[in-house]
Amino acid sequence: MSMIMIENLNKSFGTKEVLKDMNLSLEPGQIVGLVGPNGSGKTTLLKILAGLTSDYTGTVRIGGKPLGVETKAMVSYLPEKTYLSDWMRCVDAIDCFNDFYSDFDRNKAMEMLVQLRLDPKQRIKTMSKGMQEKLQLTLVMGRQARVYLLDEPIGGVDPATRSVILDAVLKQYSEDSLMVFATHLIADVERIFDRVIFLGFGEIKLHEEVDKIREKYGKSVDEVFREVFSCLVSL
Amino acid sequence: MFEEFDDKTPIYLQLVDIFKVSIANGTWPIGGRVDTVRDLAIRYQVNPNTVQRSLSELERENLVFSERTSGRYITKDEGVVREIRANLAARKISDYAEQMSLLGFGSEEILAMTGRYLSEGNIGG
Repeated sequence: MSMIMIENLNKSFGTKEVLKDMNLSLEPGQIVGLVGPNGSGKTTLLKILAGLTSDYTGTVRIGGKPLGVETKAMVSYLPEKTYLSDWMRCVDAIDCFNDFYSDFDRNKAMEMLVQLRLDPKQRIKTMSKGMQEKLQLTLVMGRQARVYLLDEPIGGVDPATRSVILDAVLKQYSEDSLMVFATHLIADVERIFDRVIFLGFGEIKLHEEVDKIREKYGKSVDEVFREVFSCLVSL
Repeated sequence: MFEEFDDKTPIYLQLVDIFKVSIANGTWPIGGRVDTVRDLAIRYQVNPNTVQRSLSELERENLVFSERTSGRYITKDEGVVREIRANLAARKISDYAEQMSLLGFGSEEILAMTGRYLSEGNIGG
């Protein structure tokens, strides 16, 4: 059964169509790259899947269930912006998640803090942007969710940290869960994806396995991406 | 370890080659246990299903085999390992010879230059 099933999804902001009649079905046991230029609808799609936006039309199901309380419990969502209260220390944020989510694994999260070289006692107020992003990722990956939705998890971090974050994603991989990883930095991460979905102006332009793309075009996903979108942008 | 992958070929095929080199040079010892898919995925920072696919390919070529309960092992057949090592070497030599010939060197010259290079002790061991 599909973990994520989307049929005829439409979403507009006022008169601007952000997602246009989208159809998509994704199986568990995969890491899926959701790629597209700024404003292509990546964040909107993830927000809908996370149950944070409701004024759309079409059918969306997660684990066979319509979006709602049940699907929210299955989904662990990393938003693009951090939302943590800055008076908290790392450990407070972890305890907060531990209280809130029954699928949160506190030990694993504490382990990940160490791997990411974060100090549990440090206050969020005094943390750099990169450190806050790492903490946020720790919280999101600390859950044993069925679906992980990661919005630009490597957006603002240096290459060494990026590598640590990819490790964390790979460690968390399981055959029962699905990870959707939105990014515009494809070259750095295409090797961890099973498949990629190219999103452009609210439509799926290409949906293919990474190695199939390399086989078919003799090029990396990043290069194919540039080609597909350079002609879109010039339209 | 952060392996660079080239852009033109599927990642699973590049992994197959990396794993074959490990078998040929004994990093993956004969009869030894193959690391888990997860560990390999993390070590090479690649998708776990890609690792799985590469290992299936090695299985198909009889370089590794699965024990139903205890995981994957490297072949115990020394002949197969010798063969894979010879094949990898033949490929490298042919690439090298082709590149030297593109530079306009003939066989004699290539041989002499290579001999000189090696006699200057440029390769350890």
